[in-house]
Amino acid sequence: MEESTTGFWADIGQFIETWSPLEILLIAQNFDRFLYGALVTLELTLLALILGGLISIPMAIARANKNSWFNGPVWVFTYFFRGTPLLVQTYLIYYGLGQFEWVRESVLWKPILAQAWWCALIAFTLNTAAYTTELLRGAIETTATAKVETAKAGGFLNWMRLQRIILPSAFRRVLPAYSNEVVFMLHGSVVASTITIQDLLGAGRWLNQQYYLSSEGFITAAVLYFVLVLLITRGFRYGEKHWLSHLYPEETKKAREGLSTFRI
Amino acid sequence: MDAIIEYQGQLLQGTWVTMQLAIFSLLVAVLFGLLGAWASLSSNRLAQNIAAGYTSIVRGVPDLVLLLLVFFGGQELANAIGSLTGLWDYAEISQFAAGVGTLGIVFGAYMSETFRGAILAIPKGQIEAGAACGMSRPLVFRRIIWPQMVRHALPGFSSNWLVQIKSTALVSVIGLQDLVFNGFAAGRSTRQLFTFMFAVLVIYLVMTAVSDLGLRWLDRKYNKGVVRTQ
Repeated sequence: MEESTTGFWADIGQFIETWSPLEILLIAQNFDRFLYGALVTLELTLLALILGGLISIPMAIARANKNSWFNGPVWVFTYFFRGTPLLVQTYLIYYGLGQFEWVRESVLWKPILAQAWWCALIAFTLNTAAYTTELLRGAIETTATAKVETAKAGGFLNWMRLQRIILPSAFRRVLPAYSNEVVFMLHGSVVASTITIQDLLGAGRWLNQQYYLSSEGFITAAVLYFVLVLLITRGFRYGEKHWLSHLYPEETKKAREGLSTFRI
Repeated sequence: MDAIIEYQGQLLQGTWVTMQLAIFSLLVAVLFGLLGAWASLSSNRLAQNIAAGYTSIVRGVPDLVLLLLVFFGGQELANAIGSLTGLWDYAEISQFAAGVGTLGIVFGAYMSETFRGAILAIPKGQIEAGAACGMSRPLVFRRIIWPQMVRHALPGFSSNWLVQIKSTALVSVIGLQDLVFNGFAAGRSTRQLFTFMFAVLVIYLVMTAVSDLGLRWLDRKYNKGVVRTQ
C-alpha cells in the first residue's frame, strides 16, 4: 500500500491497528470485494424476483380459478417449494442434476446446469415463484365482490375483467406482503455462498479464510445486508404510500400488522 | 431407492438431530419472544428500545450470517473472555449449541412480534373486568389473557414455526450432522446426490406437513365458539 502517507491518516491507521478489537484495516483494504459481492447478491435476488414474479402471475390466476385443470399441479408445485428448505432445493439442482447422464450430455449442461450461478438462479426463481403465487392468489381471491360484479355488469369479459380490474387491484394489495417476500429472498440468497458463489456472504467467508479471522468478514457482511434490507423496506414503504394511499390509514395498517411476521 | 434403504439409518439419525434442533430452538425462541413482547409492551423506554433494536437487527441480517458469526466469532469471544477473566481455559461452542442459540434468537424476534400483536388484541376492558371481579393477577392471566393470546398468536406462531423447521437446514453448513449433512454425505458416497437430496426434501415436507396439521387442530381447539367472518 502507499507507504508515503504520513501525518493524520497514518496516525488514524496506527490508532486503529493498536486499539480496535476488529481488523478494520483489512476490511477497508478488501472492501471492493464486499461491494462486488453485494452486487452479485443483488443481481441474483433481483433476477430471481423478476423471473419468479413473471412465472407466478399465470400460476396465481390458475390457482384462484378453482375449476382450472391447472390448479392441482400448481398447488403441488407451491406446496413442495414452500414446505422445504431453499438450501436443499439449491443442492438438489446444483449437486443433484449431475447424477443423470442424460442431463450431463444435454446441451444445457456446460453453459447452465454445471454453473453454480445459474443453478442458484434457477432454485431462487422457483422458490420465490412458489411464495409469490400464493400471495398473489390470496390477493386475487380477496378482491371485493362488488368490484368484480360491477365489471361483469359493465360488460367486461373474463380476460378483460382480469386485466383491467382484478389484477391491478391485486398487485396493489399484495405490496405489503410482497415486501416481506423480497426481504426473505435477499436473506435466502446467502445460500449461494454455500455453492461456491462469491456473493456478499461469500466475500465475508473469503476474508476470514484469507487472514485467519473469525468474525470480521461476517460482521461486515451483516452490516451490508442490514443496509440493503433497510433500503428495500424504505423503498416499499414509499411505494405503498404512493399506490395504496386510497387504503390509508385503516386498511394498510391492518394489512401490515396482520402480515408483520412471515411468509407461508 | 436401494441406496436409500441402505442408508436409512443415517438419514433417520439426521432427521432425529434436525427434530431436536428444531424443538430446542423453538423453546429458546418462545422464551425470547415472550421476553421481547414483554419488553416492547413495558412502560420502560430503555426496554422498548432494546426490543426494537433486537427485532430490527434480526430482520436485517440473514440467519446464516448470524449463525456463522455466533459459531466462529462466538468461539473466539468466549476464549477471549476466558483468558481475560481466567475463569476457563478453553471453551468450545458446539455446532448444536450454536444452531439452537442462533435459531432461537432469530425466531425469538419474529415470535416477539407475534406475541405482542396477540396481547394487544385482547380488549383491555376484559382484563379490568377480571380485576373488578376480584381475580388475582395470575388468575386473570390464566383465565382471560392466555386462552385469547394463544388464539390470536397461533396463525403467526404457525408460520414462524414452519419457517424455523426449514431454517434448521442451514446448520449443516457449520458441520452439524443433521438431515441435510447426512443426506449429502450418503449421496456423495453413492454418487446419487439427486436421489438423496430429494429424499431429504420429502422428509422436510413430511415434517412441515405434520406440523401444519397439528397446528390446525390447535387452531380449531382455541377458536371454539368464535365466529369467523369471511
